[in-house]
Amino acid sequence: MKLIFAQGPSITARLIVCMSLSIALMTMDHRQNHLESLRAGLSLLVYPIQMAVELPDTVSGWFRESLASRRQLQEENAGLRTQLLMLKAQRQKLEALEIENIRLRELLDSSFEVGEKILVAELLSVNLDPYKHQIVINKGDLDRIYPGQPLLDADGVMGQVVHVGPYTSTAVLITDTSHAIPVQVNRNGLRTIALGSGTINRLELPYLPNNSDIRAGDLLITSGLGGRFPQGYPVARVTAIQQDPGKTFAQVVATPMAKLDRSREVLLVWPGDFDITVPAATPTANQQAGADIQIVPEDAAGTDEASE
Amino acid sequence: MITGRRHGSGIIIFTFLAALTLTVVPLPEWGRIVRPDWVGLVLIYWCLALPDRVGVTTGWFTGLLVDLLTGTLLGQHAMALAVVAWVTLKFHQRIRLFPVWQQALIILVLLVLHQLLSLWVTRFIGRPGPAWYYWTPSLFGALLWPPIYMILRSMRRGFSVN
Repeated sequence: MKLIFAQGPSITARLIVCMSLSIALMTMDHRQNHLESLRAGLSLLVYPIQMAVELPDTVSGWFRESLASRRQLQEENAGLRTQLLMLKAQRQKLEALEIENIRLRELLDSSFEVGEKILVAELLSVNLDPYKHQIVINKGDLDRIYPGQPLLDADGVMGQVVHVGPYTSTAVLITDTSHAIPVQVNRNGLRTIALGSGTINRLELPYLPNNSDIRAGDLLITSGLGGRFPQGYPVARVTAIQQDPGKTFAQVVATPMAKLDRSREVLLVWPGDFDITVPAATPTANQQAGADIQIVPEDAAGTDEASE
Repeated sequence: MITGRRHGSGIIIFTFLAALTLTVVPLPEWGRIVRPDWVGLVLIYWCLALPDRVGVTTGWFTGLLVDLLTGTLLGQHAMALAVVAWVTLKFHQRIRLFPVWQQALIILVLLVLHQLLSLWVTRFIGRPGPAWYYWTPSLFGALLWPPIYMILRSMRRGFSVN
């Protein structure tokens, strides 16, 4: 037997309750961000679904790796070794320059933080709302990810983390319409803000006056002024500038350096959190290099004082 | 007295989970033009078939899961799907009598309603309006209604969900 009349409160009453609940949730989610813990808890509910979607990818990846021929692996290994060697060689120079930079800045009494702690995360292959530029990564609260954390790939800044769950987090990309990132022109230090345009390969710089010194091909790097992104990471390259004399501001368009829609591995950065293990790899060489550099500026400072 | 008759909750939950999975399964760029509102379709089917079991509350909760999965504002799809479930329940006796192709037209209206409510919320929080192809998923959803209806009905009968 089937009941003709449903039991409990009427459907209209339920609808009213549900709608008020939704509106309350939306308001709190949008205005005050009070729902982070609720979102984190609920994200556990959808974690199995995300894993299920990820499964074919995981399986095919596993097959690709385990069925790859010995020769293929050896070739890949050799290629990676060469690349590693080249990167190491570049890094040697960089480390010396970094130490020198810190020392010079100490002389100028300005602080500069380099050598952030970095963690590699992977994207989950789930499609989110198609009209928002967001990604899900496979690291969460358990890896000490926090909301607002900068996200990079091998070529530049990708975005920042917005929601953190226990095992996964959601990040918004720099091209999302709700995103803005403080940048500076690498060539001359001109500071401005790059806004997301909603198109994956396009950033807009609407706050540059017509006469500002910016050209197509200029590299934009993070200025570190917002306090959220560490300074000095590449963000975008200027592609087009339109200077309309009738308008106050130039219309500048840039293309993000990061492969926003292609990267699978992303880097999470803890700004200002010194990673002790990496610089300590060759401590003696660094200290010696630092000591060598130290002598020169002190002498120079001494002569300056003497001349005054 | 009710517990004995209720049968096949597992099947209902399974169809909703499948719909949620299809909502986020990765597709290329054309995915956003083609991908129908799977959750909406499944919800409407169960509201028509078992109006005393699946309704506004179920719609709201699945909508909340959609919000979590797709990273929208918490409550956006929840509200829209609750309204869709409510409208379906209000007219379920009438809709059930229609032939399938005629049902598809009503499904189109319901799916557009879901998208419209969702769009209102996104516009309200100040995001830019989408292009015309924002609406095409509803069309594909309505076109898919006959096969989905057949599949879910055979599942319901096969597993005697009532």
